[in-house]
Amino acid sequence: MLNIMWPIFIIVSLLYAIIFGDISSTNNSIFNSLESAIEFSLVLIGTMCFWSGIMKVATKTTLLKKFTKLLNPIVTKIFPETRNNKEIKDYISMNIISNIMGLGNAATPTGIKAMKSMQKENKKKNILTNSMARFIVLNTASIQIIPTTVIAIRSSLRL
Amino acid sequence: MGLFVAIAVLRTSGILELITKMLTPIISKFNVPTEIMPLALLRPISGSGSIAIGRDIMNTYGVDSKIGLITSTIMGSTETTIYTIAVYTGAVGIKKTRFVLIAGLIGDLVGIVCSVIIWNLLS
Repeated sequence: MLNIMWPIFIIVSLLYAIIFGDISSTNNSIFNSLESAIEFSLVLIGTMCFWSGIMKVATKTTLLKKFTKLLNPIVTKIFPETRNNKEIKDYISMNIISNIMGLGNAATPTGIKAMKSMQKENKKKNILTNSMARFIVLNTASIQIIPTTVIAIRSSLRL
Repeated sequence: MGLFVAIAVLRTSGILELITKMLTPIISKFNVPTEIMPLALLRPISGSGSIAIGRDIMNTYGVDSKIGLITSTIMGSTETTIYTIAVYTGAVGIKKTRFVLIAGLIGDLVGIVCSVIIWNLLS
């Protein structure tokens, strides 16, 4: 689906830019976006390292155990296929907690970890399992109790 | 990479403005402030883009105006859907995403519609 979508985006936008719009700024934006794609990958490496480390520390303490225990009924209910895999449940719980707290850059690494551990259990490697699909939708639905970004914008504009 | 380019091209080519213009008469019938349209359209595809637009809207109309409040609520209750799907499926190298995109977009739509309804009721 996504694979069909982005070429359509590009073709339609380019056609529109050629006929009505600003072709030079569109052209510039292509190269800027390539730059930001690389930048995003590099930043993600940093945050991945940091939060994987935090995860490692958290698994040694009882903090994570308490969280996963708390979320266990919900996680098992939503992701029945992960019932027997503690690792996946840990990552999913961490991801849900980071999402709720509005820690976007913590949610992505734990989410990727959860996806990777679910992929190990996946029998058809090229297609998403029900749990994986559900997990992605859960992340896109943005379950946030403390929306940190919005709070930051609002308080910056109040001054 | 392709997706990043696609999003950037979509933003600068001005096609979003065209869609906004086309949808405005329909939207305004439902008591929805048309000022939030660019945000609603851009929110699923670009995080930094929608933050910039949201900031802009709140700056122009005031943080605590109805439009500002709707904007804040939308930004808190929706996610950059296409982006998230791309990162997560890309991480495990899966190309067949099944119905995830549609489900995610429905989630965003619910968030937007609810934000508007709630603030219409409250103010």
